[in-house]
Amino acid sequence: MKEETLKLKAVEAKSFRQFDLKKKFRISESVIQALLFLAGILSVFTTIAIVYELGKEALLFFTNPDVTLFKFLGTTKWQPGIGQYGIWALVSATLLTSVIAMLISIPLGLASAIYLSEYASYRMRSILKPILEILAGIPTVVYGYFALLFVTPILKTFFGDYIQVYNMLSAGLVMGIMILPLISSMSEDALSAVPRALREGAYAMGATKLETSIQIVLPAALSGIGAAVIIGVSRAVGETMIVAVASGSGPNFSFNPLEAAETMTGHIARISGGDLSYNSIDYTSLFAIALMLFLVTLVLNLISQWVVNRFREQYE
Amino acid sequence: MENHYAIETNELSIHYGNFTAVKDVSMKVERQKITAIIGPSGCGKSTLLRAFNRMNDFVPGCHASGELLLQGQNLYGKEIDPVEVRRKIGMVFQKPNPFPKSIYENIAWGARINGFKGKMDELVEQSLRSAALWDEVKDKLQESAYALSGGQQQRLCIARTIAIQPEIILMDEPASALDPISTLRIEELMQELKKNYTIIIVTHNMQQAARASDYTAMMMIDERRAGGVIEFDGTTRIFTNPKDKRTEDYVTGRFG
Repeated sequence: MKEETLKLKAVEAKSFRQFDLKKKFRISESVIQALLFLAGILSVFTTIAIVYELGKEALLFFTNPDVTLFKFLGTTKWQPGIGQYGIWALVSATLLTSVIAMLISIPLGLASAIYLSEYASYRMRSILKPILEILAGIPTVVYGYFALLFVTPILKTFFGDYIQVYNMLSAGLVMGIMILPLISSMSEDALSAVPRALREGAYAMGATKLETSIQIVLPAALSGIGAAVIIGVSRAVGETMIVAVASGSGPNFSFNPLEAAETMTGHIARISGGDLSYNSIDYTSLFAIALMLFLVTLVLNLISQWVVNRFREQYE
Repeated sequence: MENHYAIETNELSIHYGNFTAVKDVSMKVERQKITAIIGPSGCGKSTLLRAFNRMNDFVPGCHASGELLLQGQNLYGKEIDPVEVRRKIGMVFQKPNPFPKSIYENIAWGARINGFKGKMDELVEQSLRSAALWDEVKDKLQESAYALSGGQQQRLCIARTIAIQPEIILMDEPASALDPISTLRIEELMQELKKNYTIIIVTHNMQQAARASDYTAMMMIDERRAGGVIEFDGTTRIFTNPKDKRTEDYVTGRFG
């Protein structure tokens, strides 16, 4: 009892002391703010530098008297050495392999994400997720030879002579497998982030697990899943090693997946590997391809973004 | 003779792994009445409530023993489909949890997955009217449910539950996240709803139990931390003349 009153007095005495509420200079706050700003500006600066370099060299290509915008966008043969500048010969292969890859990775990635997030037991998830993530750690050159030496022969048993040794189908399929863990992992994060209360609300209405997963959880997670798809598309379009190894070398305007064709990235990798003189049209054309690659990625990103905004359901 | 009990429990116990959270509850809940479950925090009120529509199935390691009888069927029997149970026993949660869809779709969704074949517009209007929300939202049915206030969201959750026409509506502290005016509206709504539904409500708020319920179950934990119903009687009796000393201490605020 006595002790308590003493304590009370101590507290009272303390509260009468004068406060100092003036601004204080905190060095660590200022330093960390500067460092964080630098980290942020670095990536922005890098992007600007890349675009500048691309644009500068590509301008050299487009100002070449032999090159016209019509030849570039309106024809389908790419052979800068002999005056053929039809970029579609390369764009078609990039689009086709990417579409095949996304046709594999989006459904499978989403399905496995839904399984991991909504159906799998804790034990099952702790086994499956690391295995899936191993897929993401395999170097792409390994995937490339996997496509060429394992998948193509299998496809050959189905398509026989119709399929070429180097073909876009096998490259696209394997690229899809490469992107699958990325889509799956990111989508799983998005699905798991949907509040439990929403699932409970659905179950309490007599919804089955499937109805809850597909009609309530999935739409609520769509912005995260959209981000996963956007990154997946960007990886597919930018992927180089798999297509360089498995889909063939030589521009070919074709939408037949059984044929060989060279993608934009594959072409850049192959040509820049040879000896090029800095002023040649072959050299500057690479930058024009890269700029085109940049645009394709940008457009695909914008489309994905639009789709996501159109269909997502916000739960905040 | 018609059974005038909506649901009965017979020595119902709920366990989390080896730990018994709720022990040996035997109570008969009367049809078209409001039954309140009160008791101190952590005594297993919500666990018991969630046992009524098998929401505890989603908690890993949670299982029940004893009987929970709806029309003579043990809802924890092996042949029972929990999805069907939840179609008959709806639930309104502590925090409003509307779906991230339009107001209209919030109500239509549940009806649709339950195989509703009638006129959806009518059902939506009727459900919103029953939940005393129609006048406030009739001009913005296509807007997101998240544009509504907390109290409106909670009434929307009640409306979507009504839309699937359950036998029983469980309410887990439905007004604890709401202001006093919204709370009062929910309580008025409960009085309307009991004409057609049996309501079981968990509440922290003793005035609410006293004001709004017909029957009250008092829960308390025993020395092994298992919760149990220590007294179950008419609300007036529980609040004015309880049999158990612990109930008296709790409802008069002298607990502890």
